[in-house]
Formats: sequence, C-alpha cells, structure tokens
Amino acid sequence: MTASTDVPEKDANGPMLAADGTPLKKSLSRALRVQKMRALALVAPLLIFVLVTFIAPIGDMLFRSVENQIVSDTMPTTTAALADWDGTGLPPDQVFEDAYYDLFVAAERKEHTRLGSRLNYEQTGASSLFRKSGRGLDDIGEVYQDQFEDLDKNWDEAQPWAEMMGSEDWLAKEAAWEKGSRLPKFALRDGVEELLPRTAAQYAIFAGYTHNEERKSLLKEEPWSAVHTALYQDLSTQDVSGYSGPHAEMLKAAAALVASPDFETVSFKDGFGEIDKDWLEPEIWQTLKLYAPKYTSGYFLNSVDMKLTPEGAEARPENERIYIMLFKRTLFMSLVITCSCILLGYPVAYILSNLPARKANLLMILVLLPFWTSLLVRTSAWKIMLQQQGVINDVLVWIGLVADDGRLTMINNQFGTIVAMTHILLPFMILPMYSVMSTIPHSYVRASKSLGATDWTTFWRVYFPQSVPGIGAGSILVFILAIGYYITPEIVGGTTGTFISNRIAYHISTSLNWGLAAALGSILLAVVLILYWAYDRIVGIDNVKLG
Amino acid sequence: MPDTGNSDAFVAFERVQKSYDGETLVVKDLNLSLPKGEFLTMLGPSGSGKTTCLMMLAGFETATHGEIKLDGVSINNIPPHKRGIGMVFQNYALFPHMTVAENLSFPLEVRKMGKSDREAKVKRALDMVEMGAFGGRRPAQLSGGQQQRIALARALVFEPELVLMDEPLGALDKQLREKMQFEITDLAHRLGITVVYVTHDQTEALTMSDRVAVFNDGRIQQLAPPDQLYEQPENSFVAQFIGENNTLEGTVAEIKGDHCVVKLDGGEVIDAKPVNVTKVGERTRVSIRPERVEYNKDRLQEGAHTLKAKVLEFIYMGDIFRTRLEVAGNREFVIKTRNAPDQVRLTPGTEIEIGWLPEDCRALDAN
Amino acid sequence: MKRTKTLLATTALTVAAGAVSAQDMANDMTLVSWGGAYQTSQTKAYADPYKEMHPEVNISWDESSAEAVAKLRAMNEAGNITWDLVDVVAADAIRLCDEGLAMEYDPEELLAEGDDGSSAEDDFGDMIVSDCFIPQIVYSTTFGYRTDMVPEGADAPSDICSIFDLETYPGKRSLEKRPINNMEWALYCDGVAKDEIYDVLATPEGQDQALAKLDTIKDSVVWWSAGSDTPQLLADGEVFMGSTYNGRLFSVIEEQDQPVAMMWDMQVFDLDGWIIPEGLDDDALARVKDFVKFATDTQRLADQAAYISYGPARESSAPLVGKHADLGIDMAPHMPTDPANAANTLLYNYEFWADYRDDIDAKFQAWLAQ
Repeated sequence: MTASTDVPEKDANGPMLAADGTPLKKSLSRALRVQKMRALALVAPLLIFVLVTFIAPIGDMLFRSVENQIVSDTMPTTTAALADWDGTGLPPDQVFEDAYYDLFVAAERKEHTRLGSRLNYEQTGASSLFRKSGRGLDDIGEVYQDQFEDLDKNWDEAQPWAEMMGSEDWLAKEAAWEKGSRLPKFALRDGVEELLPRTAAQYAIFAGYTHNEERKSLLKEEPWSAVHTALYQDLSTQDVSGYSGPHAEMLKAAAALVASPDFETVSFKDGFGEIDKDWLEPEIWQTLKLYAPKYTSGYFLNSVDMKLTPEGAEARPENERIYIMLFKRTLFMSLVITCSCILLGYPVAYILSNLPARKANLLMILVLLPFWTSLLVRTSAWKIMLQQQGVINDVLVWIGLVADDGRLTMINNQFGTIVAMTHILLPFMILPMYSVMSTIPHSYVRASKSLGATDWTTFWRVYFPQSVPGIGAGSILVFILAIGYYITPEIVGGTTGTFISNRIAYHISTSLNWGLAAALGSILLAVVLILYWAYDRIVGIDNVKLG
Repeated sequence: MPDTGNSDAFVAFERVQKSYDGETLVVKDLNLSLPKGEFLTMLGPSGSGKTTCLMMLAGFETATHGEIKLDGVSINNIPPHKRGIGMVFQNYALFPHMTVAENLSFPLEVRKMGKSDREAKVKRALDMVEMGAFGGRRPAQLSGGQQQRIALARALVFEPELVLMDEPLGALDKQLREKMQFEITDLAHRLGITVVYVTHDQTEALTMSDRVAVFNDGRIQQLAPPDQLYEQPENSFVAQFIGENNTLEGTVAEIKGDHCVVKLDGGEVIDAKPVNVTKVGERTRVSIRPERVEYNKDRLQEGAHTLKAKVLEFIYMGDIFRTRLEVAGNREFVIKTRNAPDQVRLTPGTEIEIGWLPEDCRALDAN
Repeated sequence: MKRTKTLLATTALTVAAGAVSAQDMANDMTLVSWGGAYQTSQTKAYADPYKEMHPEVNISWDESSAEAVAKLRAMNEAGNITWDLVDVVAADAIRLCDEGLAMEYDPEELLAEGDDGSSAEDDFGDMIVSDCFIPQIVYSTTFGYRTDMVPEGADAPSDICSIFDLETYPGKRSLEKRPINNMEWALYCDGVAKDEIYDVLATPEGQDQALAKLDTIKDSVVWWSAGSDTPQLLADGEVFMGSTYNGRLFSVIEEQDQPVAMMWDMQVFDLDGWIIPEGLDDDALARVKDFVKFATDTQRLADQAAYISYGPARESSAPLVGKHADLGIDMAPHMPTDPANAANTLLYNYEFWADYRDDIDAKFQAWLAQ
C-alpha cells in the first residue's frame, strides 16, 4: 500500500473523500455514530433506572397536584349539567335528577365515599354527606320499586326485565352463557330506547356493571332501584299504549298505576333533602361545579394559603394560613443550618486536609461515624441531651450557670431542630470541603507568605477563595437535604421547628390528601430548582467541586 | 555585627541543623555564606537536604539548631512574610483565582502600596519578562513557560534583594528550559539580585550559577564555581554526581607530591593526581572524565601509563562519538570524542590502548 | 334491597367455601400491626396459639399500622396487595372503607359467636363502627401525671380540667400534636356540656373557643406525635402530666415502677381492630378469615388483656379477663372500661372527625405555628 491511497483525497472541486471513496463527513459521522451507540448502551441501564425510579415518580407527583378526574368520572352527567348552572341559588331540578343517577351508580361501585373524601378537602362535611347519601339514595328508588313490586312481583325479578330490555339475539346468548366464559355484550331491544329512554339508559348502566364488575348473568340479577325510578319517570311522560313487546301487559299495568292519583312520588330534590339538608344548600353544588374540571389549580392554591371560590382565587382566612409561613420557615432554617454547617465544618475540613493522610483518614472516620448510627437514634439522643432534665441542662445547673427552675428550653423548638440537623448534616458539608481543600497545593500559602502576606491575608485572599467551590458544593448538598428533611424536625421540632416536609408527610400518610402533598412537593421542587438556578447565575455551577 | 565568619556575607547559614522527627538529621551542621549579587545553586539528589535549606531560608521551616542570617541579622524568628524574600516555586504557585496582573499586584497590595504605583510596577515587571500583553489573563490560560515568567515577575515585582527558586524549570520541556535558564541568569545579573537556586539538574546548575553547593546526605559535599566543580571534584560523590565519569578502583601504590601511582584491582598501574588520598596502601577510586581519555597514541604524553581496552560499543551522537569500552574489568568505561574530520571511529571488538594526563585522573576516596 | 341480597349470596358462597379442606388456604400470612408491646400481646394471644393449631402456617408481621392507610392506598394503586390483615384504629378503618381499600364483611359469617351464646353482632355491638372494621380492643387516650410533682398542699389531680389549671398545677403538660381529643377537652373545660361538645366544635366560633382555651396553656405544652413520647417525658420528669394511650401509662406505672398515676377523667375511648384489605385472592382470603374467626373469639380477646391493659371489644370477654401474664396483677381494674375508671368518658366521634379533620387540623396547625 502506498501512502497516497491512505490519505483522503480531494477532487478538484468535490468534498473530501475517505480512503474507500465515501465522503469524509459521512464516513466520520458513521464512525461517531457507532461510538455514540456504544456510549448510549453503556449508560442505558442507569438511564432506564433513573427514568423508572426517579423521573417517572416525579412526573406522577407533578401530575397528581393538578389531577382531579375523580369528580367528573364519578358524577359525569351531574358535572356536565352543572356547567350550565349559574352558581346562584339551588341548581335546577335536572341536576338533582342527574346527581341521583350518578351517585346511585357510584354508591353501587362504592366510589361515592371516595368522592366524599376528595370533596371534604374543599368543603367540610362532604365526607359524611356522601357516605350518608350512598345509603339514603336507595330510599328514593325504593318508593317506586316497592309500588311496582306490589303491583306485580315480576318487577323485582331479573328475567322479565332482561326480556323486556334486551334484544332477542342477546337474550339467546345470555341464556346459553356458562360460568367462566365471556358474558355476551348487552344489546337493547329495538324500539325500547324510544319508548322508555331513561329506563333503557339506566338498565344499560346496570347491565354493564353486572356484566363487567359482578360477572353475573342479567337473567339472574334483578335491577337496582334506580331503574325503577327511571321507569316511573318514563311512564309518567311516555305513552306506552302502543307497545307490544315482551311483558306488554305488565308495562301497561305499571303505566296505569303511575297515572293513578294514589301513586306515591318523591321529587329528587325532596329526596336529597330527606337524606341531608345540606343538599338543599347551594354550597355543595358550588363545590361540585368548581371542582368538576378534570384538572384543578385548587391544590396549588391551597398550598399557598388560598382557595378556589366561585369568584376566583381568594386568600384563606388568617387562622388557616400556614403553608407560606412554613415554606419561609423551611428556607430560613435550612439556611441557618447550612451556615452552621459551614462554620463548624470549615475548620474541621481545613485541619483534615492539612494532616498527613494516615491521621486524616482516622479523623475522617470520626467525621463519618454519625453515618453509622441510625438517624432515629441520633435524633433521639439529642432529645435526651437537650431536654430540660437532660444532660446539658444538668451540667449547666451543676456548674451554676443556670438556676434549677430556670432550665433552658433547647428542644422541641427551632433551636433543637437546628442543633440536631446541623449535627446530622455536618458530614455532607465536611466531605466536599475536605476533598476540595486537599487539592489546594500548600505552595499557594507559601507563595502568598513569601510575597509578604500575613497569615490572615493569606487565608482570606488566597486560601479561602480557592476553597469556595467546596463550600458551594457542601452548601448545596446540605441546603437541599435540609429543605426536605422530615424525621428530625418531626421528633425535635416541637411546633416552631417543623418544616414544610412534615406537612407533606402529614398529607401523605394521615390526611391522605395526596394532591395537596403533591402540590406542596412540586413547589418545594420548584424552589430548589430556582435556588439552584440562582446559584448558577451568581456563583456559577462550574465552581462547585466535589473533589 | 556579632560573630560571622564572613563579614560581607549577605546570606549566612551557621551550624544549621534540621530534624523533622527528632531522630535523624536531614541537614547536618550546615555552614554557608554568600555575598550580595551571587547566584548560588544548591544541587543534589532528592532527599539530600537542599530544599529543606531553602525552606529554612524562606522561613517555612525552622532550624532545629544554628542560625540563619540575612544581611547580618538573624532571621530565625522572623515569620516568612516579614523576610522580604522573593520566591519562585516549582509549580509556579500562581493564584488561580486571580489574573496575572492581580497576582503581580498582590505583594504590592499587602505592602499597602498606592494603586498607581502598583500599576506602574506591575507593568514594568510584566514588560521585564516580556509578558506585557497578558495582564488580564488567568494563569490557567497561559502556557508553562509563560506561567514561569509570571512567577518570576511576581517574585521580583516587590524588588526583593534575595530571590529563592525551588526547581522553577522542572516542569518545562528541554528547549524552553534552556531558554529560561539564560533569561533567569541574565535578569538576575541585570538586577543585581542575590539568588539561591535549588535544582537536581546538574546542567542547569553548571550553566546558571556563580557557585554551586553540592548537597548529599544533609551536608554540602563541595561548594565551588562550576568549572572547578566539574574539573576538580573533591570527592567521589561529586565526581560521580556532576557530569559523566569513569571510575576505576584500586590501591595507592606511591605518592610523590601532586602525583601518585595507583595499582588497580586487576593489576594494572596508572598515574593519578592525589586528591583525597594521603598514604600508600589506601583504597581509592580514581575518576576520569570521558572526554579526557585519549586513545590516539600521538596525543598521549610521553611516559604516561596506558591501559589496554576493548571496544564494546560505538554510538554516533552527532557532535560527539560515545564509545563504551572494557577497561580493567569495568565494562561501563565510556569515552567521548569530538566529531572531527580526522577522528577515528572505533569498531566494536578492536583492542586499543588508552591513556590520560595524570592531572585529569583524580584519586578520590573509596566511598 | 340489593345489598342484603348480595351479602346473603356471599354468605352462602363462603359457607360453601368453609367446607372446603384446609389445603385451599394460603399458608403464608402477613399481619400488620403497631410493633412494641401491643404487637407482642397479639402475637402471644392470637398468633402463637393459632400456629400451634396450624403448624403449616407462616405468620410474618409488618410494623406499619401507623402508615397503613397511605400504604394500602399505594398498594392498591400499584395493584399489588402484600398484606393479609391490617390492625388499624377505627378512624382509619372508616377511611379505608370509604376509599374502597378495606373489605366489607358480615359479622355473623366471619366472626365467632360469643362464649355466652350471644351472636357476634350483638356481642360486639356498637364497636362495629364501620362495615369493614373487625373490633379487637377498646383503648383510651387519657392522662397520667407525676405523683412527685404535685405541688404541696394541692390534691392529686383527678379532674381533666386540672390540665388547664396552671395556677394549682404548674409545670409542663404533653398533648398530642393534633386537634382530636384536645379540642374536646378544651371545650369541656371551658364549660361546654359534654353532649354539646361536637355541636359546638362544628361551628367556627366553637373551634375558636377551643383554641382560645388551649391558648391559655400553650406555653406549657410539649406536643407529642409518637405514642412513646409521653411515657418518656413523664419518666424523665420533663412534664408534670401528659396524655397518651392508657396501655403506655400502665407500662410506665406497673412495669417500670415510675412515680406516675392515672387520671382517668374524660378519657377518650377509641377502638382498634382488624381490616381485611380489598382484593385478596381466594386462598389468602380463606386463611385470613380462618385466622380472624379464631383471633377474635371470646377467649382470645380476653387473653390479650393478660399482656396489655386494653379492654376486649367483646362484651362476653370482659368476665374472662384475668391476671397479667408476667406481673400477676389483676388486669380488670386497669381496663379503661372498668366502671371505676369509666365514670366520666368520651367516645371518639368518628363521623365528626371524618368530616372536620382537615378543616380543624388546618386551623389547629396554624394556631400551633403562631
């Protein structure tokens, strides 16, 4: 091979060519692509891990803070109907009717109490209102169910209903169904939808529920009372005299019953009022209307001490405001803790970095020692140390600095939280400081002194500026850890030393208001990101070194 | 002025000892004085105590015993920043968070010098090292040689009378190093400053210094101007440490004034100049520089002893030829000859005779 | 009504299932409880004897009851229920039931008859506060105080309102860091009649009134969040009096022999019991049902009282309560339900707090943070 075939050649006016004649650029990008693919393959496990365990949960959390589908999913027709309501006074009767059918199905599915819990975050009392209504709604339907049943036993039987409502084709399949196989999809009989629109719709819902969730045959399951209510409504408006399908006589008799003056009826509104008079107040309907959309800003408003009202966002009453104050306190205390860590950690890191490696390693073990004991134990130890009958107070009383009846309160307040958290987070400050300081050559200090600088000037003008990246890294680490700390403030924080994270934990595990917890968490995340960004702008993230 | 052996000494070490662990001395009874304006190099292998001496002079190490005087005043208890000694470090030690100009301005600032004065001096110092255009850069943006110049300028900007340099050229490549060697000596002489220079590179020591102190084992082995050091080493350590050197071991057979006869261990007899030997029968190690060995019989002095040698290897090195011989059982005997038109190129395997002037062959201690 | 019919149907089905041999039951069972002495009492009274009868069964414990509601919700969302039986307080059982996370059950079918022949439903009576809740014990939140810290000349505190009497009884008090119980006590001691407490507390004015009353002692209160806090604070002499669960106080007084006494006045009764998570597979469910039937029978509930001073939730168990297993003392006088202790009590109003918890808690926390 001669040298000339190895070297990329350039045509008189063409692109650079590789040895095999392909354009050099193409050849290069192919070579690089292989490299990139290999690099990607190497990071893929971690990337997938991070995506699955970190990015996805965070995304899920961000989503929960606005998600509100439970309202419209549980009460679809009601929320649609409420959209047209102007929000003053009571909603029109149609809304009560929709609410009856929606809630009836929700109660069967045991979803109404969930919705009640959800709405209770916005309106006190919604929880028991919905729980109560789940049982009470049966009373409305039973008024009709009982009368139809008294007229003809068949109205409370599964088979006649199925024959009346279902198509012949479907009936045949349903009858042939055996346990274990797929249930045939319910199909309405021709014409029944026009004749008995509400009944058909309600029966279809019942059919879907029985088939899909109960996995039972419609020939065995008698419909629930909402279907009877719908039948009453249909019979009072529709003319069934022309009907000639199955059980025509039974239907016509029922129509006659409905038409008779003795037939007992309950208006939906009265029925709801019977269950709980709160249903006759506009408030619950306004709340439903307000939280009908699939996505809500309500949680975020709650997290900044505001609330959603029909008139828009409003500040909460003074005696319920807590979150802004907690955010401020969390930031302030994290800052104090970070500063304490710098003050206490800097000299330690300095000494460590100036010791011979063997001694430094030994002392480093002492620095890391706290990591080897459980967080709970360390925090509880501080409790014993700092409490009024604790070690420190005992010593102070013993040496006479403090009177026995004037023992210092050092725990269950901000002071206790700051002390305990500074202790716990100190290693996170010392380690990056140490690793940065141990890379600062000793000759800088010597150079500075040889140039005539005093010890202090040397430290302040030469050593300190070079250790700043370590302080920066340690501070970011400690601050971000502190801002999300939860166990220690919970144990030693009392009332004035708790953090926003304690509220988040409360909403996750006790009040179960995960949406609010997610909103608070999202805000906390945003604050951290903003601070990080600000740090980058002011100090420069390149100036952060972990070693 | 109290007792100084040398009243015009600018820098003086008097019976200085240094120990780090209280058990072994790294500097043993050091006495050294140098006059103003001298360029003195401390040369020695690592661990020989030369850097410790420099650090004691700078004030970063304290002498365990003895006194260090600067301009006649003991500086043992003066902290480094008050000694007013300029220093250039091996890795330059330019402050990375300051610009070049700020680095230079730093010693002036701590001396509370006014801003305009500072700027003028910084500019002058930068111009002096031909780096006037680089004041705004950060050290990391400069090449090694440029950083070296800045370090030099910074050590000089506050006009110290004494400048210490701790292997300042160690990190540079060969060509640059040679250029800087010249520039530093030139600058030192121009400014009339006293320089104490530490290196383990003998070429550097020889080319730059007025005097060289060769350190080994915590002691100065020889303190002399470069030529004297090279040509008249006083002991076998110096002879071997400075330049290339051939040694042959034997016993002194006869001493006659500045001439002696040594009987080599293989039985051959050679002429030498007695340096460290005093009596007949003493073991000695004789040292001959490769370029002083002659194999052209015409050039050998009348009556001189000659030795048989066998050519082992011939290396062409451009300006010189380097030939390895086997002489009196020593297979590492090297001779260097200038590449001249009439010079013979020796072929391996041939047997020749070699010889030298007795005064070029120094009978030294056997250690 | 449809529900009863479904229930009947399931009853019929499970009666049939009950006839199936034990091989169809899962042999691994994960019980969730609170850890500590309480869990030990359950192990000794229920789990150990059950294992003796069924050596093939492995019972593992998970001490997660405090976070049971959140964890069950998370498990449910993930579609992977790993718990078989969960010990929760009644309020949590109601919430789990509301959320559809706990299984509704039929007491007559699931629970054993009382030893005295009464039906399970009658024997447990009002204790079944939710369709999902299987009651076990009655416990109370009440006060204990340091006998050595009672000021000279003053009577030992016997009235709940001595909590608010800083003049006669100076010193620190520990109260739970939540509104429940504290608000009721505050209103009661502010002159509200016992049967009107919840009506008053339902109004914003009533809430303010309760907080105002608490405000009078706020500076002297150490707020606790873990059940072990008050016993520790009392034992260390950090507080003069403090509220906690009566079982914890029993252990401080009788087991650790601390100079602490009970003040049963206005103790708040609460219930603790099992729930079966919704969505267990048939094998696991069969095993759990078998275990629950055993663990909640009259003798077992009475046995538990030998290890911890909580009252059995069955009426028929009360006469069977004997002596403490280690200390040998009679347990009946230490039961919160003992007539001498229960002269003046309050029953936790589950429905009220389900509704008002979020609202009042926000106000309470805002007040705390002031």
